[in-house]
Amino acid sequence: MEMMSGAAMVVRTLKDLGVKHVFGYPGGAVLDIYDALYAQEDVEHILVRHEQGAAHMADGYARSTGTTGTVLVTSGPGATNTLTGIATAYMDSIPMVILSGQVPSMHIGEDAFQETDMVGCSRPVVKHSFLVKRAVDIPEAIAKAYYIANTGRPGPVVVDLPKDIVNVLEEHPYQFPEDVTMRSYNPTLKGHPKQIKKAAKVLLDAKRPILYVGGGAIAAEASELVTEIAEKLHLPVTSTLMGLGAFSGVHAQSLGMLGMHGTLESNKAMHNADCILALGARFDDRVTNNVEKFCPHATIIHVDIDPASISKTVAVHIPVVGSVDQVAKQLLEQMGDVDSNKQKEKLADWWQQIEQWRGRTCLNYKKDDKLIKPQEVIQSVYKHTNGDAYVSSDVGQHQMFAALYYPFAKPRRWINSGGLGTMGFGLPAAMGVQMAHRDATSVVITGDGSIQMNIQELSTCLQYKLPIKIISLNNRALGMVRQWQDMNYKSRYSSSYMDSMPDFVKLAEAYGHIGIRVDHPDQLDAAMERCFAEKERLVFMDIQIDQNEHVYPMQIKFGAMDDMRLSKTERT
Amino acid sequence: MKRIISVLMENAPGALSRIVGVFSQRGYNVDSLCVAATDDKSLSRLTITTQADDKVIEQITKQVNKLIDVLKVTDLTDGNHVERELMLIKVATRSELVRAEVNRNVDIFRAQIIDVDLNNYTIQVTGTSDKLDAFANVLAQSTEIIEASRTGVCGLARGDKALRP
Repeated sequence: MEMMSGAAMVVRTLKDLGVKHVFGYPGGAVLDIYDALYAQEDVEHILVRHEQGAAHMADGYARSTGTTGTVLVTSGPGATNTLTGIATAYMDSIPMVILSGQVPSMHIGEDAFQETDMVGCSRPVVKHSFLVKRAVDIPEAIAKAYYIANTGRPGPVVVDLPKDIVNVLEEHPYQFPEDVTMRSYNPTLKGHPKQIKKAAKVLLDAKRPILYVGGGAIAAEASELVTEIAEKLHLPVTSTLMGLGAFSGVHAQSLGMLGMHGTLESNKAMHNADCILALGARFDDRVTNNVEKFCPHATIIHVDIDPASISKTVAVHIPVVGSVDQVAKQLLEQMGDVDSNKQKEKLADWWQQIEQWRGRTCLNYKKDDKLIKPQEVIQSVYKHTNGDAYVSSDVGQHQMFAALYYPFAKPRRWINSGGLGTMGFGLPAAMGVQMAHRDATSVVITGDGSIQMNIQELSTCLQYKLPIKIISLNNRALGMVRQWQDMNYKSRYSSSYMDSMPDFVKLAEAYGHIGIRVDHPDQLDAAMERCFAEKERLVFMDIQIDQNEHVYPMQIKFGAMDDMRLSKTERT
Repeated sequence: MKRIISVLMENAPGALSRIVGVFSQRGYNVDSLCVAATDDKSLSRLTITTQADDKVIEQITKQVNKLIDVLKVTDLTDGNHVERELMLIKVATRSELVRAEVNRNVDIFRAQIIDVDLNNYTIQVTGTSDKLDAFANVLAQSTEIIEASRTGVCGLARGDKALRP
């Protein structure tokens, strides 16, 4: 057996697992591991400027590829700085492994320098965690961490490594574990045949069915199967914020996003449906509005890999535990051949009704001669990227505008913090995307608030030559907070504006990038042209937009799904 | 209503804190908790009593089941089961009269005096939680309770049903 140090084992295990990139930041407790990284070329380390950035980069990397993102940080502050990033990944079920340094075993519990109980701190926001106690256990712990992170319902896993066990001076036998299965962990992938039968029957009998697709369809790589079901049954399809791209947003059967800022047609169709097929979506509060009034006519089929997601908020009629791809396959088999003309005929009235709702063109907005509207910025980005970019977003109004005005034709193109709503996510996530897809266009849609939450990573972008396109919708305010203050707090703008905004163009230039400021609608197209023509360099677009624009449609609090505001003055 | 949840899990460091974490994170109560290794030392068995309605108990069992270290979860209150709790209770016995009364109650409740001191008895009693409550109440009527310690409920399903890996 090969002999090596604990530190070398960490790196070797990563290599044997096929890990190509590690996002991290060195420090006392992980210096041995960094030394081991220095001695090889299989695993590339990306040095960030703040550990939160490392976690979001690993996250963006994972979301855009489906493979597990990896983070390496030191003990104490290094570890705690990743917590927001870990929680972000946890809420959105993103596979991630966080290798954190720890003080030497004999000092654990002594409040040693840079000591934190990382396993304890991260416990509520991880799928699992390991505190490794012996060097020989390192390969198995790390291999198990990757196995757990990217099977079943994916999620982040922490591996805490005390400094003494990774000591470069002591050598131990290295063995890569052949088998990492655990008797206590067996995710259910296939749906129960009885439930599949019931679900298929309800679907085939439905007169007003709808397919409600979520992030679980993307995690299960089930886009094609979802599309097959939708086309076979001629179903209207709506998507959660996390599911955008699982079913093409430009498909004729797509109704767009549903929920709080969903389209009118999506929310209307959900509310009036007699059958809802939920594939990998979890009926969260940003979708359902008031659960008491949620979809009163529908028989709900809920397919989810996590039994705990089923009937957590909305009680469903036909639960199916399993992964979306497997269950979709089973459903297709169960339904057999469906006469497509008959099916279309059966749903003709339903589609006619949906076309009426569509006819209200809820995403229309008024352009202005002098002020740039955020919606037109997103549409311009769509045009200049041919709708084929990886779009990472921060959190706020710009996020909703991006979700509504940039239809995604493919899965894994829309990268956003849906569950936790983490401002500061966008830029580092786009960097993770760019590391995984060096030749692709990686765009960040952000705002003047969010971008300042991890702006230090502009420096990392220069170091690794990441030609990201930052589209910052600058409204000199925290837009979404301001919108709520307009609606609910008589426009009392408590701490929602910043009167000391930096000059973002100069800031971008100071970091070695290109900055472009756009003030007028007439300049927008040419500026975008210039931005996306820069293939080798990062461009920061500081776009001055209308400060008073609100995101619509918007559900009305405590109402049903389809109780909505369509503009500042219109309601459904 | 009162529920008894039984959990079979890996006897691994941190496993217990994860389970307790599920309760605190999601706002569920823990009335009692009893845990120890099983005959198979690689496994621990844990019994939690909680007050919850059907919907909440479904979530609790699902969330606990989701933990990587957990092999099996069951709600014992769903079916026939036996449950026991053990209490050690120390009472003041300063007069002959009190000693006699305490002794009588120990007999009635089929408890045992396991330690005797000049001024107090330490008594062991087992049974359902209700019985333990009743015993403590009766003792309190005739003397002063100095301290008491209870194990929390542990239980098993009746008949062939069992929690096994």
